[in-house]
Amino acid sequence: MNLDHSDAVLSLNNLIAGYGQTEILHNLSIYVNPNEIVAIIGPNGAGKSTAIKAVLGLLNIKEGSVVLNDENITNTPAQKVIERGISYVPQTNNVFVNLSVQENLEMGAWTRPTGVEARLEEMYELFPDLAEKRSQAAGSLSGGQRQMVAMAKALMVDAKILLLDEPTAGLSPKYRSEIFATIQKIKGTGVPILIVEQNAKQALGVSDRGYVLVDGANRHTGTGAGLAADPEIARMFLGGGH
Amino acid sequence: MWDAFGFEFVNFYLIPGLVLGCIYALGAIGITLTFSILRFANFAHGEIMMSGAYLSWTVMAIAGYAGLTLHPLVAMVPAALLVILLFLGTDKFFYKPFRNSETIKVVMASFGMMLIIRSAVQVIWGPNQLTFVRGIAKPNPVLSDLSSDLGMMLIIPNKHLFIFAGTIIIVIALSYLLNQTRIGKAMRAVSDSPDLAHVTGIDVDKVIRATWIVGGICATAAGVFLVMDVQMLETTMGFRMLLPMFAAAILGGIGKPYGAVFGGLVIGLAEELSAYPWIGDAPLLSPGYKTGVAFAIMVVMLIVRPQGLFKGRSF
Amino acid sequence: MEAYVGYFLYFLSLLTVGGIYAIFALGLNVNWGFAGLFNVGIVGFAAVGAYTYALLTTAESTFHIGGFSLPLPFGMFAAMMTSAAIAGLIGLICIRLRADYLAIATIGIAEIIKLILKNESDITNGPRGINKIPRAWEHFSEERFYSSWPMNWFGTPENWEAFFGGLPHWYWQPLFAGTVLLVMYLIYCMLERARTSPWGRMMTAIRENESAARAAGKDVTRRRIEAFVIGAAIMGLAGAFFAQHLRLIEPTNTFDPAKVTFLVWVMLIVGGSGNNRGAILGAFLIWTIWSASELVITGSIDLISNIFTSIDTSLLVSRAGFLRMMLIGILMQVILQRYPAGILPEVRPASPKADKKIAGSTGETL
Repeated sequence: MNLDHSDAVLSLNNLIAGYGQTEILHNLSIYVNPNEIVAIIGPNGAGKSTAIKAVLGLLNIKEGSVVLNDENITNTPAQKVIERGISYVPQTNNVFVNLSVQENLEMGAWTRPTGVEARLEEMYELFPDLAEKRSQAAGSLSGGQRQMVAMAKALMVDAKILLLDEPTAGLSPKYRSEIFATIQKIKGTGVPILIVEQNAKQALGVSDRGYVLVDGANRHTGTGAGLAADPEIARMFLGGGH
Repeated sequence: MWDAFGFEFVNFYLIPGLVLGCIYALGAIGITLTFSILRFANFAHGEIMMSGAYLSWTVMAIAGYAGLTLHPLVAMVPAALLVILLFLGTDKFFYKPFRNSETIKVVMASFGMMLIIRSAVQVIWGPNQLTFVRGIAKPNPVLSDLSSDLGMMLIIPNKHLFIFAGTIIIVIALSYLLNQTRIGKAMRAVSDSPDLAHVTGIDVDKVIRATWIVGGICATAAGVFLVMDVQMLETTMGFRMLLPMFAAAILGGIGKPYGAVFGGLVIGLAEELSAYPWIGDAPLLSPGYKTGVAFAIMVVMLIVRPQGLFKGRSF
Repeated sequence: MEAYVGYFLYFLSLLTVGGIYAIFALGLNVNWGFAGLFNVGIVGFAAVGAYTYALLTTAESTFHIGGFSLPLPFGMFAAMMTSAAIAGLIGLICIRLRADYLAIATIGIAEIIKLILKNESDITNGPRGINKIPRAWEHFSEERFYSSWPMNWFGTPENWEAFFGGLPHWYWQPLFAGTVLLVMYLIYCMLERARTSPWGRMMTAIRENESAARAAGKDVTRRRIEAFVIGAAIMGLAGAFFAQHLRLIEPTNTFDPAKVTFLVWVMLIVGGSGNNRGAILGAFLIWTIWSASELVITGSIDLISNIFTSIDTSLLVSRAGFLRMMLIGILMQVILQRYPAGILPEVRPASPKADKKIAGSTGETL
């Protein structure tokens, strides 16, 4: 397990953040190294999605910092964060339903200066299912395919890191496995991934490292396999035990 | 079939209905785009349309002093540029401050703008009617000869032909913009989901500016076409257009520009055809109630199908 | 002495019209301040109230239907009821939709009402309108009132004629102003009670968090329609006073949306939406500014025409009114942006559960 994070792509350092007066994250620290999949798991309401929104500047960070490749991006507005190379796939409402698959990808490339055509072809290679549906409205696709469109759309820029917010929520087990396989494929292209998941077991299965969030702070950290094997964590989330 | 009744029906009801429909359609495009991209009903749209017509009149009058006779369609170009500036200025000073608060605040601001713009026009140009183009519009001779050879008689003045052609060109250009260009696709994307557009990195402010520009061009065209048709300018004409344009936008479905065009044509035709003596000799509906037709259609749509015919957004 | 009477009468007419506008603003406050309903059809409800009152109370006429010579209070009551009925109909159709649609629908219904008033000449005398509308207190000096029951019980027509001949011609003006202000005060008291009642608190809850109110089992749609109808009834009553004040009403200029709907909105926003006192204060303030600015503008135009005798001031005269409207519009925008709460901000009614609520507000929102 790599505890050194001097060359981390993204790091959240001692974050205290929330909406308005309500504080949700109390002292949260997470980092993602190059070529890593990092999972954030935890019970409902632990602040998992909030952590991602803090990175995107969608809520108010009171203390602590968000650093992307040595650049401090704390409280930077979403659009600027995305221009700097952070790609984000929201949990729901993550494709433009009235736009075709291809148009969705083109919108994903909004901040990309050149090479959109070439990148499109790369995406259709990475997501072969989408190639044949490129002119279909994204709203007409199944949930799993929409998730693919959303991920491809996020990868249209040369992302320094990809943030996924519960990519398998509401999907059937078959699609779930497919999504996790795709996530590993994306890692293969050299993009590190920070993933927030409810399906802790599968998420930890594909992750290099994981964080267990409880009450807005990290409670446990470890390798994906290590956490998956930890009996305490198994009792908390994985086994569905009581 | 082509008897006196057909002649009367086509020339005095159908064609005027289509002309009116084109004007409503162009106005409704701006309303539907603003409603779906900026998420509010812009009450100032009719007044902006009216001010576009006044600006065109002024351009023509200035050219007239210089000894030039400008066609309204030419005068429309500089007028449209001024209308776009007016839209962008209004947005910057009166709408943008409310972008992150409740929608109704912007609606209120637009309601205020409606009065401010109308009063400004009344201060500058005066409250009385102005003549736009003098003289009786003669029917296009080529068209009437051609059509009478075919056994019917179409008497369409040139001004109406210009209105039809202008509307078709604008709708084709709009469809190219929305489907083929990056900014047009982004307009559709923001209309689809502003939040997602935001986190996708789309420059929403730029999209909003593009919306005002498109809306401004369409509104100027609608205003100029209207005064070309009725040949005079009135400060109340924007307000009178407002309700039919909203009705057209709602009928077509909010956020659906083609729906707005279709809705505009339907409303325009319905208003004119409501005065046709369908039963007996008297008009079906007294011409005084023409403007009520749009409202009736709108109310029926709101009850039966608020999302409109083309499945637009319903809030 | 004559001059003082003139000032006094001007002051009275400010109070009268200000009071009528205050009633409109109170009605709008029920719509917007209490329930968050964006009603931009005030002029429609005003017209319905005014015409109902006028048709029911005028003497029989060949120009329009009736008049029915009914007692004045009955005419005013009917004005409220008609206005309320129309509001109920619109409410049933539009209130479940988003606020923008209600705005479009109300602006539409106002236009349709004016269209009907203009076109149904047999009933309303069309664009020529209705005149000789009886004004409260002044109407007693009309022959048809003092020569009929109940006034003819107390004196012969000759006696009455002599009695009114002995009064100054403006005798009715303080009485009419007093009546308007009294009605305004009564409505204010009723609305204050409503605001602090469970009904009022429920309205606030619905406005602030509709889904929570719905989840708590409140019939949101019904409450909103109630607020819409009550507000419209108050506007109908104000419309009846408006008709009395003007004595001659016609569809186009009397019921100009800019001068009714818009002015009432500016009054409520400036005074403070949600606050009944704010509505009243805003009405008197804006009406005073409105009519004082008219004096100032006419005065300065006179001055200009006296100094520069060569200038034709008729252009200025015809445009000044619009400039005034434009400035009022800009005033509204400034208030909306800088002082959104108005002069008297809304005071939330004290709720017995308020303390508990604050203690219990924790947890995550997302």
